[in-house]
Amino acid sequence: MPAHANSRASGGRPRAAASPPQAGAVLVTGVCGRLGKHLVRVLHRERRVVGVDRRAFADKPKDIEHAQVDLRRTKLKDVFRAGEIQAVVHLGVMHDPRASAADHHSWNVAGFGKLLEYVAQFRVPKLVVLSSANVYGPQPSNPQFLTEDAPLLGGQNFSDIRDLIEVDMLAQSFFWKLPETETVVLRPVHILGRVHNAPSNFLRLDPVPTVMGFDPMTQVIHQDDVVRAIERALAPGVRGVFNVAGPEPVPLSRLIKILGRQRVSVPYSLARIALHRLWSLRLTTFPPPELDHIRFVCMVDDRRARQVLGFAPAKTLEETVRSVDDGRW
Amino acid sequence: MATNPRALARIDSTVRGASGLLRRVLGTAEQSLEDLLARMLGEPLVDRLRRVPMALGGSGVDPFGLDPQWAKYALYTVGLLHRRYFRTEVHGIEKVPEGRILLIANHSGQVPIDGALIGAAMFMDAEPPRIVRAMVEKWAVSLPFVSLLFARVGQVVGVQENAKRLLAQGEALLVFPEGTRGISKTFDKRYKLSEFGLGFMRLAIETNTPIVPVAVVGAEEQYISVANVETLAKLLRMPAFPIIPQLFLPGGQLPLPTKYRLWFGEPMTFTGDPDDDDSIIDEKVWLVKQTIQSMLNRGLKERSHIFW
Repeated sequence: MPAHANSRASGGRPRAAASPPQAGAVLVTGVCGRLGKHLVRVLHRERRVVGVDRRAFADKPKDIEHAQVDLRRTKLKDVFRAGEIQAVVHLGVMHDPRASAADHHSWNVAGFGKLLEYVAQFRVPKLVVLSSANVYGPQPSNPQFLTEDAPLLGGQNFSDIRDLIEVDMLAQSFFWKLPETETVVLRPVHILGRVHNAPSNFLRLDPVPTVMGFDPMTQVIHQDDVVRAIERALAPGVRGVFNVAGPEPVPLSRLIKILGRQRVSVPYSLARIALHRLWSLRLTTFPPPELDHIRFVCMVDDRRARQVLGFAPAKTLEETVRSVDDGRW
Repeated sequence: MATNPRALARIDSTVRGASGLLRRVLGTAEQSLEDLLARMLGEPLVDRLRRVPMALGGSGVDPFGLDPQWAKYALYTVGLLHRRYFRTEVHGIEKVPEGRILLIANHSGQVPIDGALIGAAMFMDAEPPRIVRAMVEKWAVSLPFVSLLFARVGQVVGVQENAKRLLAQGEALLVFPEGTRGISKTFDKRYKLSEFGLGFMRLAIETNTPIVPVAVVGAEEQYISVANVETLAKLLRMPAFPIIPQLFLPGGQLPLPTKYRLWFGEPMTFTGDPDDDDSIIDEKVWLVKQTIQSMLNRGLKERSHIFW
């Protein structure tokens, strides 16, 4: 294993004396997403940050370098060549349910494959991949708390999630393919905050639809806590797969109550038909299989993250849930 | 399209507003209902419920979804069935040890009332009171309302991971090793144990948990099933499709008010390798099965009448 703790810390940039010695440059993919922007704003205080995204970074802090590159292009290699990349954080997973399956797959899997190739070639000592607890999938037969070695069945009823599982698996294969790189796979539960993901968008609905006769226990995590987990994962010596959860699990109805929203419960058969119709008319951003998330449990056991990663959520349940309304007008 | 849910919500909120008013009117009624229930049962269950250790989070629900507010009403309902409707006789409950246990019982009666009454006995007749966690069939968890109710009263999906976690917390777990084979037995096979699953024995050995055999007498006669139409069951994706003639009679939808008798046996402990071959595990399972069968036979012999 390279002694990255002190050998290559001189990136040529002035840094605060207090910064930790291992702080080389961090490459963050998908940096222009809401979570990405949030992460680099935290990271750039301590270490050099290189952002990669095919989108433009509008209100970029000055000391963040941004390469507007598509992950699948060989131009990505130049980014690796130019800066001494000490760690790669992969957030650039496409979740857009409206994108075609081919687009999705080529972006998520081929793009990530390229990234992995360069991580191997340039011997980057750290790779952090943000997967999701959704890879386990909500099922009636799920144990209440899924551990990291539970099978990834998320694609069984929800085919769009298959390339996310593939990304997770590709990252896992790195454990043995390239043991000198410390690979970390984080599987956070539903991320809430200003982010535009399905769970946050769902809780922003008013009234919030629920499925009649179902009120599954749910875990949520604040986006800031996810950023903190990523920071933890960047620490030297950490490797492996980690489930990451926020505050204690609560029934879905409790989340809606915290927000003070109205609730409409719809029978499942009706909800499914309605959602299919709305989806085909492009009136909703929720693919019909996501209904399973508000019917069945998909909760994780985060003991490993607490013990090995030393991660514990800082936000309370109220703060976490209310954060979906942050910055709304 | 967007106005539709709004309108629904408006209706919803008016209904809720009205129900809020109603609730205030009923607020006092609720208290007196609780008093009435307590009087009918001869004791307030709330005091017992307070003595059950629960790992409640800040939101008042435990990680498995158990909510004491729900559990209270469920326990009152089951308590009435236990004391008034089925007039359960409980034998040997003092033998149940403290700490983690596996209650292993025969399963019968088409509807899992046997599980509810074992739960009621452990809560109302055992000292200290305990909340029994039953391992629920996966199919039931996919049903609306049923899944919700089961979760709120502390029942969990029957998978090994859940069982291990609960036993590690020192809880009492109820397992019916016959599963749906047992509960959907036809009347001619009553009180004959069907094949036992082996999972509970591996679990007991691995977690070093004492097994308490339980024999339930009285459930087989509550719904008399003359046949189990398996093709229909498969078609409807149900675990069984029993034919119960009494359902077509007025009032026959209720279970017959048989007298239940619960026999708790001496705790049994097993040692060995939890990953042993099926044949070795099967021998140990057979011991438990034989114990329950002989408890059943004795219970049947001692029973004076099905209904009293």
